[in-house]
Amino acid sequence: MSDHPVHTAYHPRWIRRRMSTYWWLQRWSYLAFILRELSSIFVAWFVVYLLLLVGAVNQGDAGYREFLQWSASPLVLVFNVMSLGFIVFHAITWFNLAPQAMVVHLGTRRVPGVWVAASNYVAWVLASALVGWVLLM
Amino acid sequence: MPDRIMLQVARYRPEQDAGVSFQEYEVPCPKDWVVLDGLNYVKDRMDGTLSYRWSCRMGICGSCGMTVNGEPKLTCATFLADYAPGPVRVEPLRNFPIIRDLVVEIGDFMRKLVSVKPWIVRAKEKPLSEGEYLQTPQAMEEYTQFSMCINCMLCYAACPIYGLDPHFIGPAAIALAQRYNLDGRDEGSRERMEILSQDEGIWGCTFVGECTKVCPKNVDPAGAIQRYKLNAALDSLKAFLVPWGAR
Amino acid sequence: MTPSHDIVLVGGGGAGLRAAIAIAEANPRLSIAVVSKVYPMRSHTVSAEGGAAGVIRPDDSLDEHAYDTVSGGDWLSDQDAVEAFVKEAPEELLRLEHWGCPWSREPDGRIAVRPFGGMKKMRTWFAADKTGFHMLHTLFQTSLKYTRVVRYDEWFVTTLLVDDGRVQGVVALDVMSGRVEAITARAVILCTGGCGRVFPFTTNANIKNGDGMALAYRAGAPLKDMEFVQYHPTGLPFPGILITEAARSEGGYLINKDGYRYLQDYNLGKPAPQPVFRSMELGPRDRLSQAFMKELEKGRTIDTPYGPVVHLDLRHLGAKVINTKLPFVRELCLKYQNLDPIHELIPVRPVVHYMMGGVHTDINGATPLAGLYAAGEVACVSINGANRLGSNSLPELLVFGARAGRAAAAYASREEEMRPVVLAQAKDERRRLENEFLHKTGGRERLATLRDEMQKTMELSAGIYRSGTELARAVDQLRSLQQRFTTVSVDDQSRTFNTERLAALELSFMLDVAEAIVNSALRREESRGAHQRTDFPARDDQRFLAHSLIYRKPDGACRVDSRPVTISRWPPAERVYGR
Repeated sequence: MSDHPVHTAYHPRWIRRRMSTYWWLQRWSYLAFILRELSSIFVAWFVVYLLLLVGAVNQGDAGYREFLQWSASPLVLVFNVMSLGFIVFHAITWFNLAPQAMVVHLGTRRVPGVWVAASNYVAWVLASALVGWVLLM
Repeated sequence: MPDRIMLQVARYRPEQDAGVSFQEYEVPCPKDWVVLDGLNYVKDRMDGTLSYRWSCRMGICGSCGMTVNGEPKLTCATFLADYAPGPVRVEPLRNFPIIRDLVVEIGDFMRKLVSVKPWIVRAKEKPLSEGEYLQTPQAMEEYTQFSMCINCMLCYAACPIYGLDPHFIGPAAIALAQRYNLDGRDEGSRERMEILSQDEGIWGCTFVGECTKVCPKNVDPAGAIQRYKLNAALDSLKAFLVPWGAR
Repeated sequence: MTPSHDIVLVGGGGAGLRAAIAIAEANPRLSIAVVSKVYPMRSHTVSAEGGAAGVIRPDDSLDEHAYDTVSGGDWLSDQDAVEAFVKEAPEELLRLEHWGCPWSREPDGRIAVRPFGGMKKMRTWFAADKTGFHMLHTLFQTSLKYTRVVRYDEWFVTTLLVDDGRVQGVVALDVMSGRVEAITARAVILCTGGCGRVFPFTTNANIKNGDGMALAYRAGAPLKDMEFVQYHPTGLPFPGILITEAARSEGGYLINKDGYRYLQDYNLGKPAPQPVFRSMELGPRDRLSQAFMKELEKGRTIDTPYGPVVHLDLRHLGAKVINTKLPFVRELCLKYQNLDPIHELIPVRPVVHYMMGGVHTDINGATPLAGLYAAGEVACVSINGANRLGSNSLPELLVFGARAGRAAAAYASREEEMRPVVLAQAKDERRRLENEFLHKTGGRERLATLRDEMQKTMELSAGIYRSGTELARAVDQLRSLQQRFTTVSVDDQSRTFNTERLAALELSFMLDVAEAIVNSALRREESRGAHQRTDFPARDDQRFLAHSLIYRKPDGACRVDSRPVTISRWPPAERVYGR
């Protein structure tokens, strides 16, 4: 199929509206989306922080204490708390969206989306419990 | 319950206007009138110069999509009374060029529709004498949801990616491609994969999810796209690991 | 450069798209134009719900489908056309399945069928309760494969180009820019659908204004059986939205204000808990609509702000059946009447749904005007006779769309080059459209006023029950409306997407069609199928076992003629339901 094969003599002037740079402020859902995407920065930060922690532990007792002191400074503390918030937000939005991205079949029946999401949460809790047990042992 | 409500309608007449302006009309507001009934009242009795598209007024033809108080809606399925006491702001659908008043240009979508090959692709056609392709109700469920699209384009109006980059193929077109990919009778997944795995195809989507929110037919285009991404990624991996293997 | 093609299709719905595909497959060298005033997926085919009939079960036969159709049409159907139709219907529906149409299935994967009004056996194929939607989208998406099909989306055809007794193209208005252009062709196929908007309460969309019927009528082709207007017994009162017959075939009851299943009083059988073929709520549409009018006379209907209604009761079917078999019905009730059929009664009344009459064609879609073909609701072959059975019109689009396509392709392959004399006609048409619609000043009445009056006249005088005096009055009123139309006021003087100009053009088409309906109805002095005369309550096979043909005279008045019905296999008998 093709478009109109003949050029029209009179072509009315269409208005093409530009999206505002602040389009993401127009709706709550857009804002939530942008925050969700930004949360990946904080995930990256936590990975870096973990690597720094491992590096500090590697340097022995003194290095580790220095690291803890640095972590307790107000700036780092506030930033880490903020990061935790963003990471939880990241995890929750990810798990809730999982059923839309993944359709799971058990035999010929589809597994309801709620279970796909729930299984992610369960895995999260179990993994956290395992890590917690190892740390507190 | 007020019995009248104010409509603020976007106007643009290319032969005399430089840009969009708003005109106010006060219309009756019975409890079962939809926004479209209000517009028809304006056109029939007050101002015949208002242009807009509509046809079936039962949410199946997809003609009457417009932006009502900032949200993309089918005006035949949106009750006026829900906006009482008003005013109700009626504008053309976002992200499309405006031809006139509430009418937008959808040629871009029509071209994208063709580009995803939305038809049954088969190497060899089955002769009619052999009867129908067998397809169980469970097999049909795999794609039925994606076949419900009425091409109303509310999803394109809601998608910020499409607004920022008009080259993006868009939710409805990809959902329709998935409808055929998941239909057991079709053999065209490979052909469609080439078109859709480009930057303007599925990878343009960042899963904002607005398209699924505004879809009046519960097609879930966002879900269609994410699932496709999974398929495409696995496909790439397979092609990488086993480059000589047949599909 | 005037656009020129081999075949022009006016209308891009089920019939138009099927015809386009048929032409492209019959002769891939032909250049095909689909000229539609809306984008094809907006065509009214999209709203059909119930299903499409085609014989596939081993306990069914083509003869039975044909007999049901012929008796349902009160013996006004041309039986040779019906036999061809029932034979080709299953093939066409199967072809559509191969093209991807998602027909509902049995658990083993075979195509499922369900019972439908007026049919003695189960033969109605269905795609949930959105059959027309799925059919149209399948056809549209499949048609995108054929590059020889060029689409003119949102181009409004205003007149046919006729020279020397041959149709040689159309003049169309590009809605977006307002430009008027001739599109020449060797053959033209009209697929513009019916004319429900001539009446006030209709299931039909805004776009169904009888465009093709008026175009053919003005070009000199006769319209056939225009007096047969089908009322669907169950439409929502305010918006006229259709509540599909499937709701009754799944087991719904029609009850009056006393909760009584009133159809048993009208020779339609005895009430049973499960639906029985051709009985009670599965009787033919015309008899059910007439039963409503009788109940109204007896004062047993329910009064609402939108007029009298009866109730459709689905509550006993239960939530599971309603949600799987009738999801769209539930959605419509919730979204447009704010009620839930699982718990509440649905208010319904008869609404105009289908036009049995239309442009007279033969069994291959050819009209008496050389080069002009028609298929679908706009045409009258006639297979539906005096009353159409539900689920016959969707396969009709496919069977006759394909036939008309093939016939037009054969004709266009034979015919010589078009004569340029028609281009002068196009210039005249351009001038007419400017003067009568765009530069019109000093008009007195609004379009909506005239349209409302036309619709009221039609409902009163050409409704379910008609009488000679009412029809004669309607003839006069419509003549007067035609006169008043010449001084109608048009606010919108611009060119770009001027929908008021389109509405004026559509109203002028509708007035012509309305006149054809009332004049044909006046002349048929009997009651048959959907045409019921209170002054002639019986069927009169002696005088009126014939089609009515109506021609337009040069002065605009009508000339009514008749044409015999092809009766080959089944001699006229009494229409019996419920026994």
